[in-house]
Amino acid sequence: MLTHLPILQVIVPLMAAPLCLILSRPRLVWLFALITSGLAFLISGLILQQVMASGTIIYELSGWQAPWGIEYRIDQLNAFLLLIISAISTVVLIAADTSIKQEIPAEKQTYFYILYLLSLTGMLGIVATGDAFNVFVFLEVSSLSAYALISLGKDRRALWAAFQYLIMGTIGATFILIGIGLMYQMTGTLNMHDLSIRLPAVEHTRTVFTAYAFVIVGICLKLALFPLHLWLPNAYAYAPSIVTAFFAATATKVAVYLLIRFTFSVFGLSFSFTAVPLQILFLVFGLLGIFVASTAAIYQTNVKHLFAYSSIAQIGYMIVGFSMTTITGLTATLLHLFNHALMKGALFLALAAVMYRIGRVQLSQFQGLGRQMPLTMAAIVIGGLSLIGVPLTVGFVSKWYLILATLENGWWPVAVLILLGSLLAVVYVWRIIETAYFKPLLAGSGTIKEAPLSFLIPVWILVIANIYFGIDTRLSVQVAQSAAQSLFGVGL
Amino acid sequence: MNLSLQSMLQLSIILPMLTTLAIVVTGRKPNLREAVTITTCLALLYFTVNLYQGIKQGESIRAFWWELLPGLQISFSIEPLGILFALIASFLWLVTTVYAIGYMRSHEEQNQTRFYACFAIAIGSVMGIAFAENLFTLFIFYEVLTLSTYPLVTHAGTEKAKKGGRIYLGILLSTSIVFFLLAIVSTWFMAGTLDFKPGGVFASDVNTSVAGVVLLLFIFGIGKAAIMPFHRWLPAAMVAPTPVSALLHAVAVVKAGVFTVLKVCVFIFGIDLLAELPSTQFLLYLAGASVLLASLVAMRQDNLKARLAYSTVSQLGYITIGALLATSAGVIGGSMHIAMHAFGKITLFFCAGAILVAAHKSKISEMRGLGRQMPITMAAFFIASLSIIGVPPTGGTWSKWFLLMGTIEAEQWILMTVLVISSLLNIAYLLPVSLHAFFSTDKTSTAATGIKEAPLPSLIALCISTAGCLVLFIYPQQLYELASSILGTTGGAHGK
Repeated sequence: MLTHLPILQVIVPLMAAPLCLILSRPRLVWLFALITSGLAFLISGLILQQVMASGTIIYELSGWQAPWGIEYRIDQLNAFLLLIISAISTVVLIAADTSIKQEIPAEKQTYFYILYLLSLTGMLGIVATGDAFNVFVFLEVSSLSAYALISLGKDRRALWAAFQYLIMGTIGATFILIGIGLMYQMTGTLNMHDLSIRLPAVEHTRTVFTAYAFVIVGICLKLALFPLHLWLPNAYAYAPSIVTAFFAATATKVAVYLLIRFTFSVFGLSFSFTAVPLQILFLVFGLLGIFVASTAAIYQTNVKHLFAYSSIAQIGYMIVGFSMTTITGLTATLLHLFNHALMKGALFLALAAVMYRIGRVQLSQFQGLGRQMPLTMAAIVIGGLSLIGVPLTVGFVSKWYLILATLENGWWPVAVLILLGSLLAVVYVWRIIETAYFKPLLAGSGTIKEAPLSFLIPVWILVIANIYFGIDTRLSVQVAQSAAQSLFGVGL
Repeated sequence: MNLSLQSMLQLSIILPMLTTLAIVVTGRKPNLREAVTITTCLALLYFTVNLYQGIKQGESIRAFWWELLPGLQISFSIEPLGILFALIASFLWLVTTVYAIGYMRSHEEQNQTRFYACFAIAIGSVMGIAFAENLFTLFIFYEVLTLSTYPLVTHAGTEKAKKGGRIYLGILLSTSIVFFLLAIVSTWFMAGTLDFKPGGVFASDVNTSVAGVVLLLFIFGIGKAAIMPFHRWLPAAMVAPTPVSALLHAVAVVKAGVFTVLKVCVFIFGIDLLAELPSTQFLLYLAGASVLLASLVAMRQDNLKARLAYSTVSQLGYITIGALLATSAGVIGGSMHIAMHAFGKITLFFCAGAILVAAHKSKISEMRGLGRQMPITMAAFFIASLSIIGVPPTGGTWSKWFLLMGTIEAEQWILMTVLVISSLLNIAYLLPVSLHAFFSTDKTSTAATGIKEAPLPSLIALCISTAGCLVLFIYPQQLYELASSILGTTGGAHGK
């Protein structure tokens, strides 16, 4: 059983998705989805344990040997990502029942869970697989279900946002496919490990350059790197709240994973960063992303929009860490991947609770909420502080590594810019806090009750995780560090 | 109670934080709530006095909590400068609480529970700062102090208070995040440790121009020390209720700033390295400019609290100068001035609050003739003014004496002149307040209505702190011993 964990990780949610149709009542479906996701979480925990103890797991699908068959290859990086995705998915699902009941019509609720599980399957698949074409397949699985999930949003603009995402996402996926195709043409293999061995021989050809360009641009579309981020704010803002919480914490992380996997493992460090001036490009776009998106966040009136822009800025931080091409820099990126998932998961779930009680998440609606929904607002405050990077929260840990990495490279001005960027976070977080705590309740809104426990429990699980992993950093730092080391080490 | 010194050290940080919970729980019963606060104050004072005795007997007191990242520890140890700061803060917290009970009730302030709760967190973090064994621990509590005092500044909830709060938080948080944090990471990167060590942590062959930049980052990053141009938060914080201005913005918060500056200068750079850095001289002049300019601005303020705030900015410059002089007299003078200025300035703020409560006046121009109505308050104001100026028979004499000695030792003639001129300016903006109150008559209002002092608890508090100014003149020995042992001890490296 234990040897089959890698495939179980993907197959469990995949099989569970259609089974939802049999269970008719939405509540049962929810329970089933929750259990499925919990199972995936358990599996990912076991996988991580195994990988940390005994190194990379290689799993050949139905016994076909690579590179002919599809192989799942799970090292620390994959295992780390699998854990993040399945954990967030499970925690978010706890609140889904209550939230979905209000935001999605009853007849569509079953479909919601099916799509949710498919999307989860897609993300887990992208991370688990060691086959480039398989990546594309799972990317489409997760993306197509994502478009549908977003379009379920109560707001009619959700349709438009989903369409926008569909166009951009499809372009991204197509680019990736073209890139993979070109690589196949040059090497005759789709297995990533095999690619990394065969590519160096042909790396001077224009075709490989083209393939590389297509793959990178396609991934950057998916991860919403500035200036390819335009699809993200609306998609996050108008999707059902639960979907936003799930995607904000996971979807872009998967894309960051792909970026790391393709540059470090498939194309190899020396090709990725010497053939193309990628370092400077990523550094500049990362920093621009931090500043432009943070500034945009300051001017948002819809809090979901606000945090969506903040997400784009946080991706900027990850990309800056990535652009350092040092172990510390990559550690910072991976840490922030994990930490940002915790922050945004907590924040968007708290927003889902606000949505549940008030029905809107305009900033003006937050007036006086500090007294009306004290626990929800406290969660937003702590999540916000974590976003700023206050000590004893996870945000501080990733920022510490990021600054350390810039100093190691001798990039003093970058260190200053990163810190200035977090000042912008102070501004947009504080707008919410000030509105919630120091403005009187909106006239005529009556009394607003604290969010129900089904929200508070998952929100506070994530908030406590924000603090816990900000203090006990052993797990996250150790995994991130060893993953970064192995990426820089012998390579795959 | 038979507590070990180590547990006292930890309790002095934890207890105020726990008290917050008790305050929130007892919030509906004001008397009980205040009893909780007073009890904690007394316990805290008991702890710090005991810790002081322990330090005097040469014991090394250390506590380790947690290792956040490899090498980054949250740990505490006590050295003379820290215990000096902790003693002052815990004693004056007690006095301020007594004062606040009178003030807050007669002023009918809202949200008193939140007020006392945040106050307790703030004091807990001050203790954390005072006892921090390394820069990292200090930084954590430094940030907690900023965040916990924000609700106190915006206490009134008015538009003006919110604006003040924004400036307060904006400057303190941004300087600490951008400069202070960067300085800390750079120190970690260059020295490989953040522990406070006597003589500093940098290797002797460190690149002085890089270290000079790090020093700049530190001095600008420690916004709580209110060096110009990062002083604007202090006047902005004056929208807070007077007890907050008194304890936090004359004692705890600002002193946490200059305390950190002293710690960094003595235990991170070490005064030998400090004297060699190219940026030290520039920073000294900047601090000198801060002293003079703030005094000049203070003269033009008609609002009493604003005048006191600018006076604080100026006096903080003295302590920064003391630290940067890199001489033993400078460090002694600087650390003694922490105590002297604390007692003087808190008294002045107590008086300002008393005048507001009893006579409802906040403008200096309206205070003519007030001495007849509030003789005790105004007498206290007079004595405290003397201490700030630095003339006998008040404690301020000693610290200014050593600071001047320090400038002479370092042959900084310009700075010596600055200090002397600033003392003259102090006279010009502080003494007229009480003199006019006693010797001028108010022509606008008809007649003095007899004696009407502030509520009794406030009056008692005010007298205690005034007495402190005088006692420190007569018995400065203990303080001097503490201050002079800062450079001589093994400091924060106990057990290493």
